[in-house]
Amino acid sequence: MKYLSKLHKILEDGNFAVTAEIGPPKHASAHGIRHHAEMLRDYVDATNITDCQTAIVRISSIASGVHILDCGIEPIVQMTCRDRNRIAIQADLLGAYSLGMRNVLCLSGDHQKFGNHPTAKNVYDVDSMQLIYLLRRMRDEKKFFSGEEIKEHEPRFYIGAVANPFADPFEFRVDRLEKKVEAGAQFIQTQCIFDMERFERFMEMVRERGLDQRVHILAGITPLKSWRAAKYLQTGVSSMLVPDSLVERLKNAEDQKREGIEVAIEQIKYIKEKVKGVHGVHIMAIAWEEVVPEIVERSGLYPRPKVDLE
Amino acid sequence: MIIAQQKPIKEIAAMIADCKKVLLAGCQGCVAVCLAGGDKETEILASALRIMRKLEGNPLEAVTYAATRQCDPEYIVPMDDLVKDVDAVISLACGVGVQYVAERYPDKWVVPALDTKFIGGSTVHGVWEEKCGLCGECILHRTGGICPIIRCSKSILNGPCGGSQYGKCEVSKDVDCAWQLIYDRMKALGRLDKMMEIQMPKDWSKSRDGGPRRAVREDVIIE
Repeated sequence: MKYLSKLHKILEDGNFAVTAEIGPPKHASAHGIRHHAEMLRDYVDATNITDCQTAIVRISSIASGVHILDCGIEPIVQMTCRDRNRIAIQADLLGAYSLGMRNVLCLSGDHQKFGNHPTAKNVYDVDSMQLIYLLRRMRDEKKFFSGEEIKEHEPRFYIGAVANPFADPFEFRVDRLEKKVEAGAQFIQTQCIFDMERFERFMEMVRERGLDQRVHILAGITPLKSWRAAKYLQTGVSSMLVPDSLVERLKNAEDQKREGIEVAIEQIKYIKEKVKGVHGVHIMAIAWEEVVPEIVERSGLYPRPKVDLE
Repeated sequence: MIIAQQKPIKEIAAMIADCKKVLLAGCQGCVAVCLAGGDKETEILASALRIMRKLEGNPLEAVTYAATRQCDPEYIVPMDDLVKDVDAVISLACGVGVQYVAERYPDKWVVPALDTKFIGGSTVHGVWEEKCGLCGECILHRTGGICPIIRCSKSILNGPCGGSQYGKCEVSKDVDCAWQLIYDRMKALGRLDKMMEIQMPKDWSKSRDGGPRRAVREDVIIE
């Protein structure tokens, strides 16, 4: 089998994958990105680079990807549908591939209302489902989104998508995942899991449909710094489910940060051992990238497999 | 219908600050129904401007007229005499009416009194809601009679996105998730299988696409 990326091989080989997330900065220096990349290099298989997350202007995901590649980590370029039409999406992804990026994660993107340019016009020329389908077609049928033939050097991305088991309507979430798999998604990263019970119900439905045999699911893990952070996600962010028990646990902890790390490690171990059909974790340590190595190591996921694609 | 709302009066006054006499042209079409630019609103705005200017010691003469509608040139013609000696025309029509008035009177300063908002209807008296995105190619037969183009804040065609919770959109607890509504309706109609079809990208050349769209019915054109 010819692998599209290192992450592709790791997942196809049956390894329990570890990906993390690096959020680019709101300025023009890559110092922080490179610092985090150096720190994470030996502990993850690939890192996502967010695409102006929460609609806040930052260094672009593809430009950040260049820095990350340079530091020896495989990037997962996040591509939202919010800011680019079908022409710009294709142009940027052709460029990303030419720069050595091999994984792309397709998302709708947070609405601009939440960001630092709430008066901007959003695009949504294509949606995440269509983006998945069209990128697969670009690779497998050598066609631009319009259907025009790509004569040579078509981009051959390993295609990822997201799933949110905590959004509604719950019963449609697995349907929508199946739809993404049909469209061409090969790996899935989930929204941050805090409500394990709901995630397990979701995975049960995934297994009933046999979807875990058709796509690699990486469970989203977010270590929380404080009970206030937990409370904020519980009440201030749409489509997150944070149980009161978790908020209380952090509130009662002597050292909330340590407790947040402990919770994340417990979750990873639990998912790895008890939740069938999950093929890895995606650690989103928001503005707290430095805790990822400890979490990976103490979850028993270190060292990472060495992969040589050549 | 077209839903419009009046601009703040200070903004309207600023547009005609250098005028001594103006015509306020109302419209008895959509904007009368949505209580923004009909006879009543036209008279009230005229009075308000007169009072405002009087208080400033710079009186304004304001005459009024309410056209049957301003989106057909023939209904603008009766304004000719009134327009002759005014310095400006304030149109209380939607953006279409303002343009027809400006077109008819090339040497007149024509300004809008309304902000044209959207195509919609009323939910209760005094509340209007957007329902149609004017995309140029209706897809309501594929979405259970609920328009995701305009009612989904991301216009997605394969929803609901991950921002839908408790029936509401991520942008606001006051906004229903259009795709939750579509899901509920498809479920009630026993057509959830439709939701599994991947809807392909829309042909936006049929929508706003750089240049005005035209609709032609050759059979009714009078030479």
